[in-house]
Amino acid sequence: MMEILMSLLVGLFFTIGTYLILSKNLMRIILGTSIITHGVHLLILTMGGLKNGGPPLLGESFAAFTDSLPQALILTSIVINFAVTALFLVLSYRAYKTLGTVDIEEMRGTADE
Amino acid sequence: MNNVVILPVIIPVIAGLMMVLFRKKIRLHRLLSVLALFALLLVSIFLILQIETVGIQVLQAGGWPAPYGISFVADMFAALLLLSASIVALFCLLYSFRSIGREREEHYFYPLFLFLIAGVNGSFLTGDLFHLFVCFEVMLISSYVLISLGGTGRQLRESLKYILVNVVSSSLFLVAVAYLYALTGTLNFAHLSVVVAKVGQEGLMTTVALLFLLVFSIKSALFLFFWLPESYSAPPTAIAAIFAALLTKVGLYTIFRMFTLIFYHEPQITHQFIGVLGAATMVLGAFGAVAFSDIKKILTYNVIVGAGFVIAGLAAFTADGVMGSVFYLLHDILVKGLIFLIGGAIIRLTGTSNLNEVSGLIRYHPYLGWMFFISALSLAGIPPLSGFVGKIFITKGTFQAEYFWLGAVGLLTSLMVLYSLMKVFMNVFWGETTLSKEKEKGTTKGLVLPISGLTALSVMLGLGAEVILPYVRIAAETLLVPSQYIKAVLGLGE
Repeated sequence: MMEILMSLLVGLFFTIGTYLILSKNLMRIILGTSIITHGVHLLILTMGGLKNGGPPLLGESFAAFTDSLPQALILTSIVINFAVTALFLVLSYRAYKTLGTVDIEEMRGTADE
Repeated sequence: MNNVVILPVIIPVIAGLMMVLFRKKIRLHRLLSVLALFALLLVSIFLILQIETVGIQVLQAGGWPAPYGISFVADMFAALLLLSASIVALFCLLYSFRSIGREREEHYFYPLFLFLIAGVNGSFLTGDLFHLFVCFEVMLISSYVLISLGGTGRQLRESLKYILVNVVSSSLFLVAVAYLYALTGTLNFAHLSVVVAKVGQEGLMTTVALLFLLVFSIKSALFLFFWLPESYSAPPTAIAAIFAALLTKVGLYTIFRMFTLIFYHEPQITHQFIGVLGAATMVLGAFGAVAFSDIKKILTYNVIVGAGFVIAGLAAFTADGVMGSVFYLLHDILVKGLIFLIGGAIIRLTGTSNLNEVSGLIRYHPYLGWMFFISALSLAGIPPLSGFVGKIFITKGTFQAEYFWLGAVGLLTSLMVLYSLMKVFMNVFWGETTLSKEKEKGTTKGLVLPISGLTALSVMLGLGAEVILPYVRIAAETLLVPSQYIKAVLGLGE
């Protein structure tokens, strides 16, 4: 049951992210990529299987342990996403200062640059 | 266990980090980066010799046995690519000394360049799917900065598009990783191969395989190349050359790894689809190369044709086809880098990339002209140059697999490639010399040396194909017999 709810949530994240990426404003596009990445993280968590055992610690007396690998993957991915989003934001600010717009349509360049 | 396997990743990282500490000492940057790339060259030659005598070299990081820890695996395919990558990186670096400019040098050009190489090498050597993602990101983040370094309007605009495309495809990569993990419960390549062979490649597994193909197609400009021509023409020559030589090749390498080691059970679905993508890529890329009259555009579309051609050998999935692909990859890394460097030198001399505004350069720059001629012939696959050897094996492979259409498309697009490059050659080097020696916008001083070095190497790759082919054969054999790879990584017991 929990997995189905999570899958729906992941779908919602992807929908919102895709909608934002398709807009013309650069800020919304960047937020869209960020939301899609969060959806991906939840997907990894769901795919690893939810709530089927205790915490994966030695010395605890559980019959089954939760798979800890997806969490390690997500942690790595969050760090990478954090760095990429920061870089993306900085670049878009620089682009705004240089090109004078955050509208993708207006950014279209000319041939003689 | 062999600790040498990790050296190609950590040498550039350590050298790059040391440079970051001494930002203003450009001489130190240059010295360190040349030393680091030279060390990489030696390490990869050492690895190749070792793999030839002993077999596939493996390092289990932290001593954790295979499916639990991260494995680094150097087979012949990876080692050959390491070697050609370090060669082309070295020459691009020498070229950048005279062309990249003080401003970029002071803003961490050399460290970023080395981090890029570290990411590329990591992707070649890793034996773990998630670690592959991390190496990809190391490479991509360096490339994001390199493409925008300098901050001209055009670079910024193209870098935004480039980042967006890559962030979305990286998300899809993780989605595919998540699905594969749910299906198999492992991320180690060798272990994945065992598990997929055991549970069979059913519909769901093939779907995941195609999702991986989609992701790596975006990264390697296979059919989904819409982002490539613009973003590869924006940065300065040395950067564009290393991108053209290496970045798409990493994607191609991963497609090879995934579809020879893990998803090789349904070739009539996956490999045939790869073949269709390859043919479409070659045709569309060749049309692009023929259509434009801008040097940068022509060259970037040639990168796309190259990607399609390499993948044709995988689609054939015969010993000759795969061998041809491996050889053509090595050739393409060297010659694509070379032709971008020459194109950059032309633009530097004339100040324009429009073919119609330039003519008669051969009068004052005969060496440049003839080297462009040689590399153009090599790309088109004229014997005895290196492109010929790869093309003949790939074509033979596609005929053996009875994909005659694929072989035919490959040969026809080779003609179009030749036409597009001869158009550049005739327009730029022949005709009336309109540009006098004094009116040239820049100088090729210091640029001709790396270009001629790389030309010499690519000619040697063609003439000395007999020397290199045994190694290429080992690489192809290892690719076609996954049990060798599995045995090396997981140990004899399994």
